[in-house]
Amino acid sequence: MGALSFLDRQHTVAEPGFSRWMVPPAALCIHLCIGQAYALSVFNLPMTKLIGITQSAPDDWKLTDLGWIFSIAIVFLGLSAAVFGRWVEEGGPRRAMFTAGLCWSGGFLLSAVGVYSHSLWLIYFGYGVLGGCGLGLGYISPVSTLIKWFPDRPGMATGMAIMGFGGGAFIASPLSVWLMQKFSTPTHVGVAEAFIALGVIYFCFMMVGAAIVRIPAPGWKPEGYTPPAVSQKLITTKHVYVYDAIKTPQFWLIWCVLCLNVTAGIGVLGQASAMSQEMFPGHVTALAAAGFVGLLSLFNMLGRFFWASISDVIGRKNTYFCFFVLGTVLYIAVPWTGATGSVALFVLCFVIIMSMYGGGFATVPAYLKDMFGTRYVGAIHGVLLTAWSAAGVFGPVLVNYIRQYQIDHGVAKAQAYNTTMYIMAGLLVIGFVCNFLITAVHERYHMRDHETEEAEADVAAIGKPVGA
Amino acid sequence: MQTTNQDSSMKLKVALAWGFVGIPLLWGVLQTIDNAMKLFK
Repeated sequence: MGALSFLDRQHTVAEPGFSRWMVPPAALCIHLCIGQAYALSVFNLPMTKLIGITQSAPDDWKLTDLGWIFSIAIVFLGLSAAVFGRWVEEGGPRRAMFTAGLCWSGGFLLSAVGVYSHSLWLIYFGYGVLGGCGLGLGYISPVSTLIKWFPDRPGMATGMAIMGFGGGAFIASPLSVWLMQKFSTPTHVGVAEAFIALGVIYFCFMMVGAAIVRIPAPGWKPEGYTPPAVSQKLITTKHVYVYDAIKTPQFWLIWCVLCLNVTAGIGVLGQASAMSQEMFPGHVTALAAAGFVGLLSLFNMLGRFFWASISDVIGRKNTYFCFFVLGTVLYIAVPWTGATGSVALFVLCFVIIMSMYGGGFATVPAYLKDMFGTRYVGAIHGVLLTAWSAAGVFGPVLVNYIRQYQIDHGVAKAQAYNTTMYIMAGLLVIGFVCNFLITAVHERYHMRDHETEEAEADVAAIGKPVGA
Repeated sequence: MQTTNQDSSMKLKVALAWGFVGIPLLWGVLQTIDNAMKLFK
């Protein structure tokens, strides 16, 4: 068994009397840490002055080079979640959280060495590859555990965890600035020391999550909850094996639904500051634009909990219909807010759009659970996150290139985003059609009863509470 | 009696766990709202 046996699945089975409300904080311990990825940009400017200190020297890194760190991390998030999803599912949440903590904090420590030695490739590998794997493993590690603890409210439960990913930047951003101030001197920018401090803090925080997480004992269900005996229209009681799930049209339709919803939001999120200033010249200052970005992040976080919880009541398919219909109307309305000069309506449109961007992330695990059952939902969710990686490329490219094309063809900056908004609305219409086409998974993909029993027996065999 | 003690102990653990994640999150959210208010000044 070895020294790491405490990570095994059988050591994480809850004893009688354990409260399921301990599990969302365990998940938040992970997601609040890996959510730092959204705040990575606070290091960008200081990292362009590592040699010049007060201003960039010729040998200092360029912003365009630094932008690759985030992109690599998001790509490896999707890849690691897809490749290791089954390992996470079968090994249990504690082993996955522990590994995610090692990768995430190790990424920071390697990046600190990269800053000391002025090696950008080491940072690409540290934060991008190793940290990206920590992101992927950490992101999916608590999802299926939460769904099993909250079969009566799976959307709300996963929404709480994924809300933490949106909220992580709120902690990381001021904390990183404070750490850099503490460690900086007139001859030194405190980036490397801030990386080391963050690596240590995040490791401790994630280990608390790994320590308190538990999986329910076999056969456990919440008090007063009766699981449905037969499948409803879009909620199955069966299970689909991860590699069979990706053969279904439903998986790829949900993939498109997530990709299109994220593409529409992510491009805007990256350009929000510039867009607000260019659409309202003289009305929105750089300081106010920074406040606007903060407000978008806040609604991105709140939307994760709100929409995922709503989906437990109105259903996942209807929730995505809301995103696509409301989103289309709001994107079409944005140019009109610019034309009328109404900053308040502009802000209102985008905070609702951002809430639905976050809501899309948070609702999708429960959508997968409804379609493919709970047995391999974590692994299937892992593969689905490649849609996020793809959207991370499409979204910013669409917004940036269309804006530049407009400006190059003589369109005023204030109107340069109009076409982009209409294209985003068009993407959401396609998303609506994909969502409309989703039907129940054909029963030929379902695991046979004896396969499900064997899989559950495997878990039950190792699933006795410690000491029981 | 023992069950009541176990219940109280679990409630305390739940409160501590939520405080552990909730306090930093609340601090971050308040910082963000403070910055966002500049948009309306």
